[in-house]
Parts: sequence; structure tokens; C-alpha cells
Amino acid sequence: MIESFEKPVIRAKNLTKKFGEATVLDHLNFEVEKGSITTILGFSGAGKSTLMKHLLGLITPTHGSLEILGQNISHLSPYELREFRKNFGMVFQYAALFDSLSAMENVAFPMKEFTDWPKEKIDERCINLLLSVGLEEGAKDKLPSELSGGMRKRVGLARALALNPKVILYDEPTTGLDPITTKMVNDLITKTAKENQESEEKLTSIVISHDIKASLDISDYVAFLDHGKIIEYLPVNEFVKSKNELVHKFLELTVF
Amino acid sequence: MITALVERLGAFVLQSITSLGQFSYFFVQVFFWMFKRPFRIKLLFEQLFFVGNKSLFIIMLTGGFTGMVMCYQTYFGFKLVSADNFVGPLVAISLAKELAPVFSGLVVAGRAGAAMAAAIGSMKVTEQVDALEVMGINSIQYLAVPRVVASTLVLPLLTIIFQFVGNAGAWLVGVKVLKIEEAIYFSKLSEFMFVSDIAQGVIKAYFFGLAIATIGTYFGFTVQGGAEGVGKNTNLAVIWGMVTVLVADFILTSFLVRVL
Repeated sequence: MIESFEKPVIRAKNLTKKFGEATVLDHLNFEVEKGSITTILGFSGAGKSTLMKHLLGLITPTHGSLEILGQNISHLSPYELREFRKNFGMVFQYAALFDSLSAMENVAFPMKEFTDWPKEKIDERCINLLLSVGLEEGAKDKLPSELSGGMRKRVGLARALALNPKVILYDEPTTGLDPITTKMVNDLITKTAKENQESEEKLTSIVISHDIKASLDISDYVAFLDHGKIIEYLPVNEFVKSKNELVHKFLELTVF
Repeated sequence: MITALVERLGAFVLQSITSLGQFSYFFVQVFFWMFKRPFRIKLLFEQLFFVGNKSLFIIMLTGGFTGMVMCYQTYFGFKLVSADNFVGPLVAISLAKELAPVFSGLVVAGRAGAAMAAAIGSMKVTEQVDALEVMGINSIQYLAVPRVVASTLVLPLLTIIFQFVGNAGAWLVGVKVLKIEEAIYFSKLSEFMFVSDIAQGVIKAYFFGLAIATIGTYFGFTVQGGAEGVGKNTNLAVIWGMVTVLVADFILTSFLVRVL
């Protein structure tokens, strides 16, 4: 089990979340290394979505602390939290594109909201982002309803990258996709992570998933969440050899 | 048997209080974000167009036929007591004080209130509302405030248009079909109709506009589940929008008749 990293981007100490009597996250202690791709695996109802909401600052812990980019999110005011969220990019399970806006307008949306860049600069960046995620220029004027599931995911990724985030979160990125599109999305996640490693602010990727096969292909580290506790957290090559009974069973059922 | 009944009643009361609390909190949030920057003028104009311009035809249609039917109904009743000269003011006052604001409110609740719940509800179930929040944009300010402000501003205007078209319809039937003397029709109108009558309807319309949009957006934000949840809440938005218009009309009338 990994205890700590030299340069953690995220540090959870006894992170606990209760909804009424139900404990959804139970004294989590973990760190996420800067620039890595870390996957959080787990069964449905394990607490993955609640953990993701904490990472985005959408909810605060009942006990314990969560430091992200050196800031304890429990100490931030609602306004500071909103500002803080600009450090994050989020790729939703079904892309969550605004259905009244074209692909290009979706990508431009965060830039129009949070920068004073001129229209030409925003347009140029949109086209570059759409090209970088493998979309041709012809797709830029299409509405989300006119795009395939894979194309929507690409637009969602381009939108998430619009403001140069420091951390990008992927929520179930390959759920419901065919094997070819799954491979394309996985390649895109690794390519995006690689391309953003050169700068000072390396991009950290966190993937929330229950697709273990896809996770093993792309991750540097894998954490396994069960009933609100991290029961295994290892580099990917060690994770596949885990002696933990539950992890072993999960691997056996889904990979082998 | 009695225990089960009391339990069910208790659960219903608790649920009602909780829902009322949630709605009140939502309303306070809408009000709070209304005065916070950035002011989303473009979104406001989009909603003004949607609630106002796109409701115009149905408002004019309803207004016109209401005025004409009212004129027919009152004429034959009033003629029995030789009071047919008072048809004009009766229709005009009824339209100004009651029919125009209430019918406009019901039309907007059925059209725009439902559309608000459906649009926001669909965004909720497809995580578009979450996407806004994750980007650091307050979803209430972005989605609810422009709709609530637009509806509050537009409903009084629609009410005035309803009155105008309704009176034109009444004039058409009264003067051109039922042959009421035109000079008498207008002289009685100016004798019995006051600005306060119009003001009463316009004041009501402001409240109706505010209520319809707040209810519509609230039911949009509280959608749970998928498409079925959107349908259910859209239905609730229409029902509660219409019920609120009728109940608010009674409360406002009992207050306004004393002060105006």
C-alpha cells in the first residue's frame, strides 16, 4: 500500500463523509502524485462518486481533511471554492455537453466565462483543442445530438482542457462504449497526460472507474475502494499481483 | 388501522413541510443571486424572448376570444334589465382586474413554466447542471435567475396586451355585432373604468410571473431519475404553477381591493 509521495497534488487525512447515519467514506488516507494517472476502482456504491465530489470541492468532509494543490478545501469559502474549481477539468460519464451549444461553443464556454481573451484567440484555441483530441474541423459546428458517443467524449475532454487545468478528472470514461471507442478514449487519456508533462504544472489525471481492464492499460497507480475504505493502493504493475482477496476476486472476474 | 392512518398523515405533513422549506431556500437563493455579478444580460434577453414573444400569439388568441365571449354573455343578461349600455365597462373591468392577469398567468404557467422545468430537468439528468457547477458557475444564477427575472418582467406586459385585445374583441362584438351605440359604449367605459383597475391586474401579474418561473425552475432543479423524472416534474410545475396563480389571485385580490 502506498503511504506517501514526494510531490503530492492531493492529500487526504482521515477523510470521512457521513450522510445521516450512513458512512460513505471511512477515514481515507491517501495521496496522489503530481503528473500521474491514478485510477480509483471499486464496485457500485463503494463511495467513488462521493470521493469525486470531494475532490471537486462540491461537498466537504464530515471529519478529516482534504488538501488539494496545498489548500485544505474545508477552509475555503463558497466563493473561494468556485475560484478553486478552475484548477480542475472534468470529463463526465456521458460528456455532459450543453445541448443547445455546438461542439466549438461548448469548448469555448469556460474561456468566455473566465477569461477576457479576444474572440479570435478563443476560436483559435478551440480549434487547436478539438484537433488535439482528434476531431476534424467539420465537427466543430455540430450540436451534441449530431455527434457519436466517442465524439462527444472528445469534445468533453477538449472542454475540460480549455483553461489548462492542473488536475483532470474522468468519471467512468469508458462505460457504455464499444471496444474500439474504449481504446480510443484510453489512448486519448494517456496522450493528454503525456502532452501536459513538459510544463512546470504537470497535469495530474484521476480516473474514477469500475472498468478494470481499461484502468490497467492507462494508469500509473490504482486504488481500490470498498465500502468507503481504500483497501489497496499500488503502482499498476504491483496491483495486478495484489494478494488482497477482494481485489484478487475483482481482477479474476473482470480480466482473466 | 388508526395508527397507520396517523402515520401516513404524519409522513405527509413532514414531507410537505420539508418541500416547503426546500422551495423557500431555493427562492432565497434565486433572490440572492439575482443581485450578484456577473449579470447575464444575454441570457435574460433570450428568456424575455422565450416567455414574452413566444407567448404572444396564444395570449392574443385567448384575450380576443375571452373579450368576445364575455361581451355576448353579459349583453344578453344585462338586456333583461335594460342595462346593456354597461356591457363595455363590465367586460373591461373584469379583464383588467381578473381575467387578463389570471388567464395570462395560466397560459404562461402551462407553456413557459413547463418548458422551464423540462429544460432544467433535462440538463440535471444529463449532468449539464453539474458541469456548470464544476466549472465554478452557480447553476441557480445561470439557469434560474434569467428565467425568473424575465417572467416577472414580461407577464405584466402580456397582461396589458391581453386586456387590449380582449377589449378590442368585446368592442367588435358589442358595437359591430350586437349594435350597442359606440358613443355610449366608450362614454360608459371612461365613466366607470379607472387606472387603479388596470394597476390591480398589473400588480397581480408581477407576482404571478415571479411565482410561475420560481416554481418552474425549482421543479427543474429537483428532478430525480431520468426521463420519467423530467416528465413527472414538468407535470408538477404546471399543476403547482396554476394552483399558485389561483390561490395568489385570491390573496392579492383581498388585499388590493382595500388599498386601490
